[in-house]
Amino acid sequence: MVIDRTAHDGAKREAHPVSAAARVRAISSTKGGLYQARVPIYPKLVHGVWRRVKWALLIATLAIYYVTPWIRWERPGALPDQAVLVDFAHGRFYFFFIQLWPQEVYFITGLLVMGALALFLVTALFGRLWCGYACPQTVWTDLFIYVERAFEGDRNARMRLDAAPLSFDKVWRKTGKHLAWLAIAFGTGGAWIFYFHDAPTMIRSFWSGEGPATAYVFCFLLTATTYYFAGFMREQVCTYLCPWPRIQGAMLDEHSRQVTYLKDRGETRGPHKKGETWEGRGDCIDCNACVVVCPAGIDIRDGSQLECINCGLCVDACDEIMDKVGRPRGLIAYDTDAAVEARSCGKPALYKPVRPRTIYYASALVAVSVMMAWGLTHRSVVDLHVLRDRNPMSVRLQDGSVRDGYTLKIANRSFRDRTFEASFTGVAGVRLKTPGTPAGPGPVRVTVEANNTRAARIFVIAPPGSTTGADTATAFLVRDGKDQALAKTVFTSGGVQ
Amino acid sequence: MSDREVDEHTGVETTGHEWDGIRELDNPLPRWWLWIMYASIAVAIVYWILMPAWPGIHGYTKGLLHQSDRAAVVGELKDLKTLRGVQGARLTKASLEEIERDPELQAYALTAGQAVFGDNCATCHGVGGAGSKGYPNLRDDVWLWGGSLEDIQHTITVGVRTGEPHARFSQMPAFGRDQMLSEGQINDLTEYVVALSRRAADKAAVARAAPLFAEQCATCHGVAGTGDQTKGAPNLTDGEWLYGADRTSIHGQIFNGRGGVMPTWGARFDPETIKALAVYIHANAGGQ
Repeated sequence: MVIDRTAHDGAKREAHPVSAAARVRAISSTKGGLYQARVPIYPKLVHGVWRRVKWALLIATLAIYYVTPWIRWERPGALPDQAVLVDFAHGRFYFFFIQLWPQEVYFITGLLVMGALALFLVTALFGRLWCGYACPQTVWTDLFIYVERAFEGDRNARMRLDAAPLSFDKVWRKTGKHLAWLAIAFGTGGAWIFYFHDAPTMIRSFWSGEGPATAYVFCFLLTATTYYFAGFMREQVCTYLCPWPRIQGAMLDEHSRQVTYLKDRGETRGPHKKGETWEGRGDCIDCNACVVVCPAGIDIRDGSQLECINCGLCVDACDEIMDKVGRPRGLIAYDTDAAVEARSCGKPALYKPVRPRTIYYASALVAVSVMMAWGLTHRSVVDLHVLRDRNPMSVRLQDGSVRDGYTLKIANRSFRDRTFEASFTGVAGVRLKTPGTPAGPGPVRVTVEANNTRAARIFVIAPPGSTTGADTATAFLVRDGKDQALAKTVFTSGGVQ
Repeated sequence: MSDREVDEHTGVETTGHEWDGIRELDNPLPRWWLWIMYASIAVAIVYWILMPAWPGIHGYTKGLLHQSDRAAVVGELKDLKTLRGVQGARLTKASLEEIERDPELQAYALTAGQAVFGDNCATCHGVGGAGSKGYPNLRDDVWLWGGSLEDIQHTITVGVRTGEPHARFSQMPAFGRDQMLSEGQINDLTEYVVALSRRAADKAAVARAAPLFAEQCATCHGVAGTGDQTKGAPNLTDGEWLYGADRTSIHGQIFNGRGGVMPTWGARFDPETIKALAVYIHANAGGQ
């Protein structure tokens, strides 16, 4: 089914658009040009179930953001006791009981893939819920509008204030609003840097002016972007900047449950006076309550639109009106285009949450989750990389034996010191030698500190005649108890037999 | 003075200059441009006051901030010394064996040694220390002056044939060039040396050269030709040849008696650096 946003638009509506988004479209289609000034949007406060959900999620997500760096999590020794910490200085990422090294960044990739797939699935099932409820742009914009309302009043008061000439009242309301915005923005930028440094230490060094330059730079950057994005850019970020609305369009289909105006029930719309009959007309009384509450500035009755963030505020607004006029709720509801279409044709609505698209997304999500869980639980605490000496490739000794040098980089990801036994396989009768100890046939012992790497020089001495002139495929094995790691390498005799 | 008139299209006065019918308008300078110029002048004056600026007959104006790049470099070098201080001090106290055995000190010495080696030694001995013709290979187990930690440390400190009184010194006579031996004798000795390194040689020549070797060469290279590290005399039986293994090379060495020079590094490096270097070389030679 093709979603045509102008499907039921009459010429009258084209001429007198009610929503900000429609006005923008009308202006740009008549005037042309590459730049279109923003048509201001004054979202009206609304009460209802989705608004309450949004408040709850706003508090929850902001709380997670601000509180997380302050959660303590005891780790042995000198390791940081911060539950979530990206330690760039030492190249470690700590997340509660998980600790990742830079070379394990694929876990982060996996997490991002999981996040993307979860988003695909949710979008296919319920539309752009992420945009409407959890996206930082939405959350902070919502918070900024809340502040705006506290200083300047609700929609009508704000419109009057903006139109009013300069006065003391206007100046202090505007100044107060911007100061409050800046304070919130600074709090946002300030909290960000705690994710990269020990929070209690950082807050002290930040205010005493001893913090690292990056802390101040990023604090400033995030303060500026929060202030600008949530205060001024708002829905333009979603409409013009963000790729997500465009990508998510590919996940949506006629069976996705998203904020929908039930035109089968609403049309033909028109004003309704108390006591008039509801026969022969739709339930929509054209009160524009759904338009004035919309933070994206659209008219949901124009159908599914790019600007819609699926937040459900118009659902609450309409329900309120329906209660007042005594009609059933849900004229605007989380519903599917297919259901609306079916009902328009007089057929019963059919919901299809299980369809090929959702099955693909769900199974991909499950597969990646299982891989991640397996990877994390089977993660080895020891890692081995072998660097073969290349200058010289090999050394011939007086007795005719050949000696090759290797540097073994052994990573000990556990939280205690480990002594590993490094052994060499692939050439018979070799002796191993490490600086400071005599050569011997047994394995070389290398102690690696907790949560650290050590580079050990190991020389392999092959007796005369044990190798051919060609390269021999060999391997090093390091082992401590049941923790072990194997790395393949090559033994070169440099043409010496 | 040329005629100043008002341009009819723009209403702006012209400078009165005219080139091929093109006249120049006399617009004022852009305001922002002027302000930047004034600001630059102000900054320059502040700079003269704060920073070293004007040359004089005896020195220069120092400025209120007393900024000096030279002093900054000296300060930074001092900081670097302090930074190295902890490990450096441990290097001073620890013996060479202790440095090599202690994992932390060893890692520090290997890193420091590698840097110093790359900057100073690699020119002759190669980046990997494998040497080349005339420059000893530091990676194998053949040593002219001994391969123990102390021997290596001493060789680096005093150098070889530098003319310094304590330098390592050995002198292979130029038997041919100085006409100490005849061409035939040198050819016989060449065959003898080839035979010493367990290669096929002319038996008659070897027999002829035996008394000659005992008389001329054995003092330094030993009766069996196994050399003497205290004298820096190479082992002739080990198959390792500083100036080449073939007969022409061996003949050339007996004829000319070449010997290389290594600088007295003790005059340039502090003892800690030489310790680190000795440990680095010893570790990479597999240790002896």
